[in-house]
Amino acid sequence: MTFRTILSAAFAAVLAVAAQAEDMKMSVTTSFANSGLADVLLPEIKKDTGINVQLLIVGTGQALKLGAQGDVDAVLVHAKAAELAWLAEGNGTHRREIMYNDFILVGPSDDPAAAGSAAQATEALSAIAGAQAPFVSRGDNSGTHKMELRLWKAAGIEPQGDWYRAVGQGMGAALNTASGMNAYIMSDRASWLKFANKGDLKLVYEGDPILFNQYAYMPVNPEKHSHAKIEQANALEAWLVSDRARELIDGYTLNGEKLFTFNAKAE
Amino acid sequence: MNDILQGLARAAKLVVTLNADLVEITLLSLQVSLGAAVIGSAIGLPLGAWLAINRFPARRTVIALLNALMGLPPVVVGLIVYVLFSRSGPLGVLGLLFTPTAMVIAQVIIITPIIASVAHQAIRELWADYHDLLISLEARRHQRIATLLWDGRRALMTASLAGFGRGIGEVGAIMIVGGNIDHATRVLTTAIALETGKGEFDMALALGFVLIGLAIAVNLALHILSRTERGSRW
Amino acid sequence: MVNAMVALDRVELRRGGRVIVGPISLRLGGEGITMAMGPNGAGKTTLLRALHGLERVSSGQIHWDEDARALRERQAFVFQTPILMRRSVLDSIAYPLRLRGVRRGAARERAAECAENVGLRVSLRKDVSTLSGGEKQKMALARALIMDPALLFLDEPSANLDGRSTREIEEILDHFRARGTRIVMSTHDIGQARRLADDVVFMHHGHLVEQAPSAAFFDAPQSQQAKAYLQGDIVI
Repeated sequence: MTFRTILSAAFAAVLAVAAQAEDMKMSVTTSFANSGLADVLLPEIKKDTGINVQLLIVGTGQALKLGAQGDVDAVLVHAKAAELAWLAEGNGTHRREIMYNDFILVGPSDDPAAAGSAAQATEALSAIAGAQAPFVSRGDNSGTHKMELRLWKAAGIEPQGDWYRAVGQGMGAALNTASGMNAYIMSDRASWLKFANKGDLKLVYEGDPILFNQYAYMPVNPEKHSHAKIEQANALEAWLVSDRARELIDGYTLNGEKLFTFNAKAE
Repeated sequence: MNDILQGLARAAKLVVTLNADLVEITLLSLQVSLGAAVIGSAIGLPLGAWLAINRFPARRTVIALLNALMGLPPVVVGLIVYVLFSRSGPLGVLGLLFTPTAMVIAQVIIITPIIASVAHQAIRELWADYHDLLISLEARRHQRIATLLWDGRRALMTASLAGFGRGIGEVGAIMIVGGNIDHATRVLTTAIALETGKGEFDMALALGFVLIGLAIAVNLALHILSRTERGSRW
Repeated sequence: MVNAMVALDRVELRRGGRVIVGPISLRLGGEGITMAMGPNGAGKTTLLRALHGLERVSSGQIHWDEDARALRERQAFVFQTPILMRRSVLDSIAYPLRLRGVRRGAARERAAECAENVGLRVSLRKDVSTLSGGEKQKMALARALIMDPALLFLDEPSANLDGRSTREIEEILDHFRARGTRIVMSTHDIGQARRLADDVVFMHHGHLVEQAPSAAFFDAPQSQQAKAYLQGDIVI
């Protein structure tokens, strides 16, 4: 009895170690995880490559920080300028574009600022600022936040005042806040479609190419962090740019809407 | 109101069907917070008793510090533990970040001051009661501490439970050091934060009700255990 | 008083700059029951506690006689308010033996005997907090007697007790005096003092006013304060 217990315990320990060898950690943005795409991709990745990808779901700022500290093996984010700066610091080996989705403007169903009739995204923002309609900003240095700031800049507006509320939280929490305040907010399409607490909010503006949101995959530099699992990271990259990934990403829909467009280029 | 009812219904369904994910994160919650409570008690209870019995110059300062540490924001503890255990940090080589072990460490830091403080309070009162008797009977120092710990065990259990309660309901620290990784470090509170973020309020509430139920169950179980112990002293 | 037990030489106890007892000088013999008497605040309790070693003496000295070593090493104290441990009656009484390393079973057996000896007839499994005032006092007495003390201090052992309990406790004290236990106690109850005391130490405002054999003290008190006290006057 005792012998069998010890044996099975040892066996379990060996298994655990073996399994651990195939674990890798990847920090991803909230929007990616909240979209539900992760739930589709991860089991397939495990099936095809044997890699168990553990996701750390955080904002882009924290996702890049985790990579720079060597606490994850790869990052999957969407903030090109920050990504390039991160690479320039020697934190990663390279940057591989995988797919894109798009940002949208969400607001009260009666659209008091008439942002929905704008011809361009910047015009829509100008309309909101002009009407001083409540606007919730992520304010957390995330990719979505950075995109929002870029748009304000392009519109020539420095958003400030009572109507502009920076909440410093993730997409879901920010959407909850906007829903509670009946305010405008910029969101990635996936998070919005998945969001269950819409209240009186609806999609008011979409479609301007400036709102496209490119996701890029970057393995952590093993020269900087020798423990980084570069083999798994490379295997994962190979899978992410494969036809199998294209099929799954392009085929993923939510409420009948396609969320992501695969655009990885073969090398 | 509707959200709450839906949450309750969903909680009931999750529990009755023994939802595999729910069982997994509930067990991890218990494992982390009970582990932290045990370690925190092993440090905090003797520390509290020691502070109650001994007079030394810095005693007041230590007690004030302990009380101040009780109010330590978990997110700050989480950040400090993260920086320590990050691969780039001084303890990074241990590879403990984003593991249940790191979560236990963070919670031990959070709850030990609470356990020590409550224990100190209880033992101080008991010591005031027992002082003359123990001196009169010439009890040695270790006998005094043993007597106070044993006779104060109910109050000390309350101290441990207070620590456990704070641990199991804590989200700020374990979110940072655990990372809320599915099937690895996801516990009830971080799952609730995640579901809330998704706007899935009924799921978040369902997990919340499971958390409340769990806390009540652990308290009741310990209460009944102590009763049994009391009844079977003979 | 056949032989000397202890001598106090200008003993004074101060707390926070205030003199509580003393300076006081007196000698106590090695036998019988010494009764500390006096109005509230006279310093009876403090004197007993100082003799037992519970209070730090500020100045002066307490000399124990060489022959009184046995008394000094085997003493016990029964407090005015019984100290209740968070334990059953039996385990409370057994506690002093447990401190001395006696095994639980044997200690409990002795505790049950002691409870019987002091007439404590309650379920010994009860928590001490559930006992009545008289029962608590008997428990404390049994806890003191389980060590078979040679010297027993009691601070107003029958304050707040009814007549029946008081008589039972006095019978127990009589019994132990007869067995040779040296008893030093305090009381408010003049009748009790008359019934039990072999000699009396009368105190007032922290000072020793009069010390005399019992018969002499009650028949012909020397001091005004003692006379007034024995007549039932309020002594200020």
